[in-house]
Amino acid sequence: MPKDQGIGASTKRREDVRFLTGTGNYTDDINLHGQLYVHFLRSDVAHGKINSVDTSAASAMDGVVRIFTGADFEGIGGLPCGWQVTDRHGEPMKEPAHPVLAQGKVRHVGDPIAAVVAESVQAARDAAEAIEVDIEELPAAVDMKEAVKDGAPLVHDDIGTNLCYDWGFVEENKAATDEAFANAAHVTTLELKNNRLVANPMEPRVAVGDYNRANDESTLYTTSQNPHVIRLLMGAFVLGIPEHKLRVVAPDVGGGFGTKIFHYAEEAFCTFAARQLARPVKWTSTRSEAFMSDAHGRDHVTKIELALDADNNFTALRTETYANMGAYLSTFAPSVPTWLHGTLMAGNYKTPLIYVNVKAVFTNTVPVDAYRGAGRPEATFQIERVIDKAARELNVDPIALRRQNFITEFPYATPVAVEYDTGDYNATMNTLEEIADLSGFAARRAESEKRGMLRGLGVNCYIEACGIAPSNLVGQLGARAGLYESATVRVNATGGITVMTGSHSHGQGHETAFPQVISEMIGIPEEMVEIKHGDTANTPMGMGTYGSRSLAVGGSAMVRAAEKVINKAKKIAAHLLEAAEADIELKDGTFSVAGTDKSVAWGDVTLAAYVPHNYPLEDIEPGLEETAFYDPSNFTYPSGAYCCEVEVDPDTGKVTIESFAAADDFGNIVNPMIVSGQVHGGIAQGIGQALLENCAYDENGQLLSASYMDYAMPRASDVPFYQVDHSNGTPCTHNPLGVKGCGEAGAIGTPPAVINAIVDALRSGGHDHVYHIDMPASPSRVWAAMQK
Amino acid sequence: MKMSDSREIAASPEVVWAAILNPEVLKECVPGCTEMSGTPEEGFEATVVQKVGPVKATFKGQVNVSDMNPPNSVTLSGEGKGGAAGFAKGGAVVNLAPSATGTTLTYEVEANVGGKLAQLGSRIIDGFAKRMADQFFTRLQEAIEGPADADAAEAADANSDGKKKGWFKRLVS
Repeated sequence: MPKDQGIGASTKRREDVRFLTGTGNYTDDINLHGQLYVHFLRSDVAHGKINSVDTSAASAMDGVVRIFTGADFEGIGGLPCGWQVTDRHGEPMKEPAHPVLAQGKVRHVGDPIAAVVAESVQAARDAAEAIEVDIEELPAAVDMKEAVKDGAPLVHDDIGTNLCYDWGFVEENKAATDEAFANAAHVTTLELKNNRLVANPMEPRVAVGDYNRANDESTLYTTSQNPHVIRLLMGAFVLGIPEHKLRVVAPDVGGGFGTKIFHYAEEAFCTFAARQLARPVKWTSTRSEAFMSDAHGRDHVTKIELALDADNNFTALRTETYANMGAYLSTFAPSVPTWLHGTLMAGNYKTPLIYVNVKAVFTNTVPVDAYRGAGRPEATFQIERVIDKAARELNVDPIALRRQNFITEFPYATPVAVEYDTGDYNATMNTLEEIADLSGFAARRAESEKRGMLRGLGVNCYIEACGIAPSNLVGQLGARAGLYESATVRVNATGGITVMTGSHSHGQGHETAFPQVISEMIGIPEEMVEIKHGDTANTPMGMGTYGSRSLAVGGSAMVRAAEKVINKAKKIAAHLLEAAEADIELKDGTFSVAGTDKSVAWGDVTLAAYVPHNYPLEDIEPGLEETAFYDPSNFTYPSGAYCCEVEVDPDTGKVTIESFAAADDFGNIVNPMIVSGQVHGGIAQGIGQALLENCAYDENGQLLSASYMDYAMPRASDVPFYQVDHSNGTPCTHNPLGVKGCGEAGAIGTPPAVINAIVDALRSGGHDHVYHIDMPASPSRVWAAMQK
Repeated sequence: MKMSDSREIAASPEVVWAAILNPEVLKECVPGCTEMSGTPEEGFEATVVQKVGPVKATFKGQVNVSDMNPPNSVTLSGEGKGGAAGFAKGGAVVNLAPSATGTTLTYEVEANVGGKLAQLGSRIIDGFAKRMADQFFTRLQEAIEGPADADAAEAADANSDGKKKGWFKRLVS
């Protein structure tokens, strides 16, 4: 019988009650006394010199309190970048200034020029229209390969190039890799694009800045995945407010997908303006604004080559990627195409030699940063697409070619600097073949063909590195932050527990899953445990939620803190039971003396800790509250095998997903229902990328897809019911829970499965020239591919 | 975006030339134009109210006239700013050649949009621009020639509150 409490139980998400009944507390629900509203006047050209900004007429309009421009931020720090990449020649990346409001030039459509603070949103918007801006439009750098050529328009004149860095990894392997290609029996080459995406969380970004003159304290309420990181970045680098005078609160957050990791200009502006005006200042993004101010994702152009020997063993892999940075470096942008991408290029395969070259390019577009998967979807798409093409060129079964090259012994040190601790790729592939009913595919294809439809099957694997990350390692790689996590376990006198985690939940279900772990450890009902997060005033310094790290790193910190609590409680219990501490056992919420019937309940021990009348005060302090910081010793390596079946209408090119199966290895599972939900959402986003979503710019740098009319988000009718399995867990060897992380897997593993399936379908229809279709595989692209 | 087309107009190139550089004619012919002033030499100031898909805005802008080669060819270029709606800018090269029926007018238009117009309207902007150009030259033709059907012209003369069809040609002939 399935468990109904603790680790392994599919406990229903307690937070959903408030989300589904309209009683959540999102940032936009926060309204403070005397609050003002800000509207940002944004550039409608991609690149231009600001000749003048005349705010005089606008300033005189009703309700306008003050209009800020770039000049108000002279001498104030710009938005910092949190990761420095060193290029293949040992030089640091180019790191341009990123002012809060544009100074001298605008560099992308949406770049904020002025900020109108007014008594109402309407007054602020009206006044923004009355600001007279004289901008001399300049030619824009849009296409990455054009942007790095001599004579291209420069996004940042002072750095003299649009090339942020030219990264080689592993540079020492380059010569040997090239030699392996020279000696290869077969080389498969594929050029592909990883389309630019916009994350589109359901809740747009919001910021409310507040300032208390009485104690000189600033508070920022913001839609963030990591409030402590924002406090540190904004306080130390932008506004110069020490952390003890700055509180950052990220209350209920309606989805992040990476785009709410970063520190944004609007956050700094609202905090700054609130101090200047001594009144709260609120900004709520519109959906149109989100398209041109939220960091975008992906946008890589890649050439990948795979070398094989005469027995079809992979002998080497080589890539050249252009990665779009956009106009400025967003907080973690440089790390995405490098350390979150290059280190994953081994995939699930024992390719001995790998060389990855990444050229990061500035363009006059919105900054690009991490989006669900961040670098790993790009790596997986390349590897799994080139393997698929190789299988077709060599006329071998794509699954057999993968199995032949699987890594099967662990731990395994890849040639790209990471060590996989555990995994069983054949096991997940076996499960996939079963749940996707691969043996029945031929019959399903025949049935589709009877109806005049082309049916295709696509299979691929993925591996990701998550649970980021060992601080000493990422420090060597250029991170300007540690990546530990923290938790405080506060046991209350009557036995209930409040856990304050530095992790942040914006859809992941921490409030349900974390209590399951505590419940398991102590043997008390989950309902006795409450999770607090998102407020720097009452949680220990934490690094937040991204990179599928909450349970693996934040959960581990909570386990460590809970262990400390249990150890202390055992001391108290030993005192109460007049027994040796070593003989005390904790089970089902009761402390007992081993081998006797003497016991004391959890609640009696916790009460004694706070009412220490009969208490070993000479040995231990009263109270029962412990904090732990956990720094992982390695990444975790979830992996899996995915299968997609499509039908393609040969007359229109329209693709329909007929079925989708995912077999994942997430290590140990705390809440199977939540894990399945995470996989479902990830697959939907992966299908969105593969079939529908595309952020498009024209040659002048105008953003063309900035509403849901033109940016096609996946809808319920675009996705099938999924077959999801996570029974093949090989526990992570280095965190106390043995968990690996599941948040990004679906978005990583799905796109190649969809494209592999479409290529398979077209080839089954006699279109043997088709080896690849760029994402999104829209009907027009699929139809065009069939016409060649 | 680029487009080109041609029209036959039953009037001499000199009449057509005068018409397309007359602010009164331009105001009548530019769809949505509420104000038009200026001269060919100093350029025209225009205000146009238009709706492109979901974006409705008042565009204010300057139209400059260059490369004047009367009555054969002229280049019009300009930019209209629509505030929060974004901007539109572009140019048209207009050629006039004598033909059996009067004048063959050919035009090549290049137009760009930016800001919200591009973000929300890119998918419909080509069709919109073609429609605007069609309407402009149809109105120009009507202003110069009057409607093809003489009865309809009389009816229009009797009922119309606005300018009568063929009014410009009658003005100059």
